[in-house]
Amino acid sequence: MSNTILDARNLLCPLPVIRTQTAVAELRHGQTLSVLCTDPGVVHDIPAWCRVHGHEVLSILEKDDEIIINILVRDAG
Amino acid sequence: MSRQPRAVALISGGLDSLLAARVVMEQGVHVEGINFYTGFCVEGHTHAIRKKDRARPKRNNALWSAEQLGIRLHIIDIIEEYKNVVLNPRHGYGANLNPCLDCKIFMVEKAREWIAANDFDFIVTGEVIGQRPMSQRRDTMPVIARDSGADDRLVRPLCAKNLPETLPEREGWLNRDRLYKFSGRSRKPQMALAEIFGFKDYAQPAGGCCFLTDRQYSVKLADLWESRGRRDYELDDIMLLKVGRHLRPRPGFKMIIGREEGENRFLEGYRKQFVNMVTTSHSGPLVLLDGELAAGDLELAARLTARFSQGRDAERVTVQVGHLDGKVRLLEVAPLPSDAIPVDWYL
Repeated sequence: MSNTILDARNLLCPLPVIRTQTAVAELRHGQTLSVLCTDPGVVHDIPAWCRVHGHEVLSILEKDDEIIINILVRDAG
Repeated sequence: MSRQPRAVALISGGLDSLLAARVVMEQGVHVEGINFYTGFCVEGHTHAIRKKDRARPKRNNALWSAEQLGIRLHIIDIIEEYKNVVLNPRHGYGANLNPCLDCKIFMVEKAREWIAANDFDFIVTGEVIGQRPMSQRRDTMPVIARDSGADDRLVRPLCAKNLPETLPEREGWLNRDRLYKFSGRSRKPQMALAEIFGFKDYAQPAGGCCFLTDRQYSVKLADLWESRGRRDYELDDIMLLKVGRHLRPRPGFKMIIGREEGENRFLEGYRKQFVNMVTTSHSGPLVLLDGELAAGDLELAARLTARFSQGRDAERVTVQVGHLDGKVRLLEVAPLPSDAIPVDWYL
């Protein structure tokens, strides 16, 4: 199944969270989303958003000033 | 009602909205949270921009509240629509450019639209009579209910017993006896209730969560409108007002000077949109020049840039100027003495 990529670089929180929320709303259970970010706050905020909505953070990769958060979308019921 | 009553709670990240949502959940109501992003929010941005603040643990307090409550939180971008609230507040401004009453009316109105679209029954806020000078007064709280269109579908659980009965109470979805009668600016009743619910480490009030309540920020916003000859803004405008030292040497020309590494890095993202300066002979700030540059402005800006660099005491400092067409040139200047900078240049 294809992975969707969301470019949220140069956005400050909570905008990357809002863009993630919008992108996830378009995806189905089992699909994945990779969010590219630069605001270090996303390391806390996007996983928190995923927890309250029942989605799973598969990994958080940090390299130089960029962060990639990989999310598995789940039906939260 | 055959199904469980459903409410949306306006979650700011502060203690009051956290408690208000919990009080309603205690009565068996399904609650989800909603949090509005206006572009003027304080905490996340200043933290992300300023390197010195990064030592503090970072969290989004609205999301933290939702986690404590075990509810979903919907964060809504209202940047565009909110402009009309800031630019044309029907009920005027507070002490600065804070349109608190119109802001609350607008947010409750958006929540009303949200419950209609999502088949929810009522709205919960953490308002307390007498807690805020503009939006949380006995005479203005009914105005919020009326002008937002929420009317008796708006419940303030922390002070409900001071207010007329609402629809959820009449329908039996909420028991009025289990709502509260808080009033005034004291935080003790809220802290006591937090203790009962086991909430710890909640966000402390720190002078408001909105830049519009900040005097210095409001001065900069008013200056922006005056210099452009019109009251308007884009998101980038209001973001840049949060960052750096702002100096306006003359009406059509402003400088934004990074104060530390985090701010310089943030300003870097705007470099292609502004004529910009950095010192190359000494370490120093990134500076953006906003407006129409007249004869002599570049020289003056270079001398000011040198003044705020590590070369402030040197005889000559080399300043690199980046132009909008991508061309770069170097200027050799003497740093402007601090006593040659009029105080009224600082915004």
